Amino acid sequence: MGNRCAVIGVGQTHYTTRRRDVSIAGLVREAALRALEDAGLTFKDIDAVVIGKAPDLFEGVMMPEAYLADALGAAGKPMMRVHTAGSVGGSTALVGASLVQGGVHDRVLVVAFEKQSESNATWALSTHLPFSSSLVVGAGGYFAPHIREYMRRSGAPGHIGTLVAVKDRLNALKNPYAHLKIPGIDQKMVESTPMLWEPIRYLETCPSSDGACAMVLSSESAVTGVPAWVHGTAMRSEPIFRAGRDMVTPQGGKDCAADVYRQAGIADPRRQIDVAETYVPFSWYEPMWLENLGFAAEGEGWKLTESGATALDGDIPWNASGGVLSSNPIGASGLIRFAEAALQVRGMAGEHQVDGARTALGHAYGGGAQFFAMWIVGREKP
Amino acid sequence: MREVAIVAFAQTRHTPHDTGLSEPELILPVINEVKERTGLDRFGFTCSGSCDYLAGAPFSFVSALDALAAWPPISESHVEMDGAWALYEAWVRLQHGDVDSALVYGFGKSSLGDLRTIMTLQLDPYYLAPLGLDQLSYAALQAAAVGADRKELDEIVRRSRADGRANPYALDLPDPEGEDFAVQPLKQTDVPPITDGAAAIVLAAGDLATELSDSPAYIRGIAHRIEPHYLGMRDLGRSASAADAARAAGVGKGPVEVAELHAQFPHEEIILREALELTGDTVINPSGGPLAANPVMATGLIRIGEAARRILDGHARRTVAHAAGGPCLQHNLVTVLEA
Repeated sequence: MGNRCAVIGVGQTHYTTRRRDVSIAGLVREAALRALEDAGLTFKDIDAVVIGKAPDLFEGVMMPEAYLADALGAAGKPMMRVHTAGSVGGSTALVGASLVQGGVHDRVLVVAFEKQSESNATWALSTHLPFSSSLVVGAGGYFAPHIREYMRRSGAPGHIGTLVAVKDRLNALKNPYAHLKIPGIDQKMVESTPMLWEPIRYLETCPSSDGACAMVLSSESAVTGVPAWVHGTAMRSEPIFRAGRDMVTPQGGKDCAADVYRQAGIADPRRQIDVAETYVPFSWYEPMWLENLGFAAEGEGWKLTESGATALDGDIPWNASGGVLSSNPIGASGLIRFAEAALQVRGMAGEHQVDGARTALGHAYGGGAQFFAMWIVGREKP
Repeated sequence: MREVAIVAFAQTRHTPHDTGLSEPELILPVINEVKERTGLDRFGFTCSGSCDYLAGAPFSFVSALDALAAWPPISESHVEMDGAWALYEAWVRLQHGDVDSALVYGFGKSSLGDLRTIMTLQLDPYYLAPLGLDQLSYAALQAAAVGADRKELDEIVRRSRADGRANPYALDLPDPEGEDFAVQPLKQTDVPPITDGAAAIVLAAGDLATELSDSPAYIRGIAHRIEPHYLGMRDLGRSASAADAARAAGVGKGPVEVAELHAQFPHEEIILREALELTGDTVINPSGGPLAANPVMATGLIRIGEAARRILDGHARRTVAHAAGGPCLQHNLVTVLEA
């Protein structure tokens, strides 16, 4: 794992449907300046910049890091652009951490963003190479069959998804940056919304958001302010067309979790992790990932959700921030998970702070549930 | 830093047109070649570089995983940059000390679209892209700023094409003829060829390097720098970021026998020779360079591979590779390799 690395600054923009008041450069700079302010630093204290975002087709700007170098104070420095599909926000944090862990730099600024209002993500995700046809529309069209298979295997009752949709939106009411704020949301309201991709209803899916998130990562000797220490980092990828792969509970997710738990000395994630920020873009992915990440036995994840264990006042809060279901600037969604995990162990999560959080998991996935990025951060040094 | 070496390099026989191969089909042979050459079929880390816009679809790198036999799942990442930066990310990862090998690859099929127009989409979308400044136009701006002697530029193109003809992987392009301009002062023959291709490299750290190769090409220095995007904020006649990266990588610490430069246009070679402070003793782009084969997103990685190959085959002891990104050499990566 190399040298010690800490998160010393977190910055987020407010997530919303359209940020008409800022350019893409203005958006990422806003998050970067807030992260620097949190760390008590300026751009001149930064050695390198790592930027991540989901497909360039979302904004129609190819390899936008070239254009964004100026706004992020990167001129004269190394700059990297990461793209690993939906997991990219998580991967961006890991590539930044790697620069510190490898002893190459002392302070790295990582930034991820999406300005979905610049185009239409559903259709940007629905293009296909010439000569192939597909009836899949958007990410929901791809993942709905996996969810139905989960329900079939586990025998989960049909209302479980609505529980997650309600819980995450109640959490979002406590997060000043969250996009969806739906006072009075309840199961009945979720059930009254249109079915988009069976069994995913409108309020069981994530919004399309504009927004950016940034973190300042630091070596041990360059720490300023309140650190969240990185205890483990891992990435895993698996091929989308492998015949034997299990899309409901992918091996890549299991292996990635096992790797990051081993590094952080975690044998029982349910008990040893205090709060988890996981990538749940469709409500049903909470019980599915509870099992994939080892918080519940196979087929039992939905029972944990149903019991209230993953609520903000439960014994293992998941997505205290409101999660991807409440804010989804796609390329940044993974980084927000990693940043929220850091905020929790720094004790700086505000109203959605989990009391006494000492160890937190940040998780992101992407592609056809085939790319995984995870980290464990803690209040104490590893 | 931990000693990391290039122990294998493979590239496709690049083509000036679409041969009907999908991207995974393009990549598969070079991946298999470096696997065979090293005897490794699992790597501690894997990283690739590609660009969705060349394929005109999101996630062009996703299907590439199908060419890797990535099962059980692998520790893998991707940069939306030239594969040279994938190599940089892998080199950083190997510094952690817990893994000893990495597979790096880059690929691109620029035959599928109109590259000149596609590259316009890389510019600031508010103030530059709407001007319709295409890749040749902004390269011509830089060529004008360099103001090089026409004979010197012609000689660079002639030499590159001749070397390319001797390189079985590069294109067969005739000696440059004709005075037609693409965009003044760029001549048609100054324009790099549209090319499809891919390349792969294996990195090894510690004892594994000498186990896998009799003459590993050690990465003695590797560094990159970006500079302001707006052309008006830069002195286009020189490359401050390439010079900074070269100093950080330690190019000047010894004689450079061979330099493989990611110079897509002849005037870029002049800028880069000066930025890297290369002398007349250095052989530039013996592979033919990007003017003889320019598979976008792999071109920079191929420079590193070609510079390494001279050491792997025992023909050189110290070589330098350069990769570039962004308009008018905005972003530059320099690697120093030694036997």
